[in-house]
Amino acid sequence: MNRHYRYRKFVEWANWVGMLCCISITVFFLVAILGYVIINGASSINWDFLTALPVPAGESGGGIANALVGSLLIVIVASVMALPIGIGAAVFINEFPSHGAGRSIRFLAEVLTGVPSIVVGLFAYSMVVKPWGGFSAFAGSVSYAFIMVPIILISAHEALRLVPDSLREASLALGVPKWRTIVGVVLPVSSRALITGVVLATSRALGEAAPMMFTAFGNSFWNLNMAKPMATVPLLIYTYATGPYEDWHRKAWAASFVLLMVVLVTSVLTRAFLRGKSNE
Amino acid sequence: MQGEPQATVESLNRGLPSAEVRPVSARRQVINLGDRIFYFITRSLGLSVIALALLLVWNLFNGAWESIRQFGLGFLIGTTWDPVTRVFSTLPTIIGTLVKGFIALTLAIPISIGSAIFISFYIPKWLRPILSYPIELLAGIPSIIFGMWALFAMVPVIRVIQIWLKANFGWFFLFDGPAVYGVGVLSGSVILAIMITPIITAISKEILLTVPREQIEGMLALGATKWEAIWQVALPYSRIGLFGAVILGLGRAIGETMAVTMVGGNSFAMIHSLFDPVHSMASQIASEFTEATYSLYTSSLIYVGLVLFAITIFISLLAQLLIWRLSKGKLAILD
Amino acid sequence: MNSETYTMEDSFNSAQPVAVEKVAAASPAADTVRMRVEALSVYYGKFHAVKQVNLSIRTNKATALIGPSGCGKSTFLRCLNRMHELTPGARVDGKVLLDDQDLYGPGIDPVDVRRRVGMVFQKPNPFPNMSVHDNVIAGFKLNGTRDRKVLDEVVEKNLRGAALWDEVKDDLQKSGASLSGGQQQRLCIARALAVNPEVLLMDEPCSALDPIATAKIEELIHELKERVTIAIVTHNMQQAARVSDYTGFFYLGELVEFGETGKLFTSPEKRQTEDYITGRFG
Repeated sequence: MNRHYRYRKFVEWANWVGMLCCISITVFFLVAILGYVIINGASSINWDFLTALPVPAGESGGGIANALVGSLLIVIVASVMALPIGIGAAVFINEFPSHGAGRSIRFLAEVLTGVPSIVVGLFAYSMVVKPWGGFSAFAGSVSYAFIMVPIILISAHEALRLVPDSLREASLALGVPKWRTIVGVVLPVSSRALITGVVLATSRALGEAAPMMFTAFGNSFWNLNMAKPMATVPLLIYTYATGPYEDWHRKAWAASFVLLMVVLVTSVLTRAFLRGKSNE
Repeated sequence: MQGEPQATVESLNRGLPSAEVRPVSARRQVINLGDRIFYFITRSLGLSVIALALLLVWNLFNGAWESIRQFGLGFLIGTTWDPVTRVFSTLPTIIGTLVKGFIALTLAIPISIGSAIFISFYIPKWLRPILSYPIELLAGIPSIIFGMWALFAMVPVIRVIQIWLKANFGWFFLFDGPAVYGVGVLSGSVILAIMITPIITAISKEILLTVPREQIEGMLALGATKWEAIWQVALPYSRIGLFGAVILGLGRAIGETMAVTMVGGNSFAMIHSLFDPVHSMASQIASEFTEATYSLYTSSLIYVGLVLFAITIFISLLAQLLIWRLSKGKLAILD
Repeated sequence: MNSETYTMEDSFNSAQPVAVEKVAAASPAADTVRMRVEALSVYYGKFHAVKQVNLSIRTNKATALIGPSGCGKSTFLRCLNRMHELTPGARVDGKVLLDDQDLYGPGIDPVDVRRRVGMVFQKPNPFPNMSVHDNVIAGFKLNGTRDRKVLDEVVEKNLRGAALWDEVKDDLQKSGASLSGGQQQRLCIARALAVNPEVLLMDEPCSALDPIATAKIEELIHELKERVTIAIVTHNMQQAARVSDYTGFFYLGELVEFGETGKLFTSPEKRQTEDYITGRFG
């Protein structure tokens, strides 16, 4: 069977080359995008940019401080709403499988991750903006929360599934009640993946511009009132990038750089945190 | 699903010898107060997910009702969108959305699954986190940033490619379009592909890494090459998860708004070539919603959103059904 | 003395096709030596797990390797089919000769080694996504055979050879993972036999099984000996005494004593051996 053997070896080699190409392409785009944003954006960053309010269109100078604060505020409120639902539901599905609804909920969550963020924005528009009679930051939070819940639920569920039954059984066999087993054993053991899921969900929400278009809408001025329109970074980037002014484009790059840095730093910090925690 | 064969599969999947799986006895299903409260809380949270989904659907229908009443299902097959004469329909955007999504998926799948296999099996263990981390980062990059890069860096390159393609292969219908725009179906599809690749890769990699070592070793011990072990054992073992990863990617591609709005071309028209600027449903809503000055207009845009929602849900459902067929009913995810 | 060392990069992760010498299978005579191990040393990083072991595995006989946990017997076994090098940081010195050819020699492909030296693992590992039928031929099919008739024959022949045929013949399409533990292990044996190995390594094959299943497999080993040479690692001394013709006693990485089973268990030469056998330490 010598010829077949050589064929097998060739297939082995060919696939290795193929895989290498795939990963190279992926890495290439990563480098290209990150590089582009950093190079174009970093040069426009200055203290003013981060702390000042926007100036009238076309004028140079000014900054995006209101958008930075706005994004932060909106996503925090959204997390407060989404986290309990996402993780609570995941716990319910995995730890109480005898209740039939668990399968439907997980199924539903899978389906819901596919809901486009702009549709979520429409939902928040109908639910909050229309009855309220105006754009509001809270509507923005509602849309972010809706995006985050299924993502958190699924990753949390997967994290819980990976916890071996033997751990649960060991705890239960010691006479520990089920809820304590879950809170004291299962959740900590899976905390690594849980947090990763939440962070990914948050990062994902943070960068969503589409829902903001008709919920928080945007604001050229300083605003901390959740009931009023609020500026957010991603939507600001979109407005500036598609606008006619060169200065706006530069600001869009700079804002992209800031957004990117926030996402990267959050990711790094979480990772370090997780690594530290799992060493205990 | 409590039969003995299930228990065996279960236990294999969780690393316990089959003979030792015993159901947790009734005595341990504690009925104490703490458990009761906890159960109630988590169940409520779980059911609230269902409630939210229903609320979403109801709201969309509610918002779109005026337009639905006016145009009915003809909305889906008509090709006129005219705010002036107040006639609305969406077939071109539906097609635009689907075409871009599927082209993106076709481009992304080999790259992402190939990358995932490479990271999982072809590199030494210490290199894995180093290579995986950038991919996970990329998966978390906001779409608006992809849009920025696409608009300012990618489109000029695509424009050059398009012009070349048109000059040399313009007879082919796909390349017979306005190449000089740069924005259009091709640009939209390519940036979508770039966007969904890291997601599919990251999830696939996690899934491939959960294939039990002893399965792979079992295949290698029979005299298989590494690729044969991957192909015969690792991939089939994880195909459910891999499919799920791909579907997540497709869903993201179809629903993506910002990047596609920036480079997909925002023109309400039927696709004829790869270079045509064509709205996707999401980009149309994004472009026009805040300009919609009367309620039928808004309602029609929400109707478009409803259609987008329906298509997305349909794709998701289709995927889930396929997954059921693949695993012949033994769906590990839903155990 | 061969002092070439093989790290993981040389074999498992090497995607470059290595020139292969196909070893001609010799026809074994009774009590000849099938595999000879010379000065085998195994390192996990700095840890010296197996120290300068010399032993011979005789054709169509069962050779048992016994010793307390962690003494290196499993590590040693996994070197015989070059599975040990899949572990990161693993390093092997010495020679393993199959019919006078060094399996660690230059130009030898581990893939080929593993076809000729099969292995059954401690925990049965049938492929869950394949039927019983497909499990048996999973390795056999790699040589490119497509003919359904040939494949079906191979399935039946090897399931019979593993004493499993009668129990599964009515439903070969059910998942390999749906069998009981003992049946799964026999399925794995059938699968390993299907590629026609010259030597079959068994790494504590019964430790995850109940006594009845264990007995079946021990009985099977007696039958299998006629077709294939067996090397079995076991922590169960009685099992070693029951199934093997030769036994080697490992302790702390060294081969303390090796000899005919009957003799080793009744009048061991070394003090340590006697202590282990009489249960002074475990």
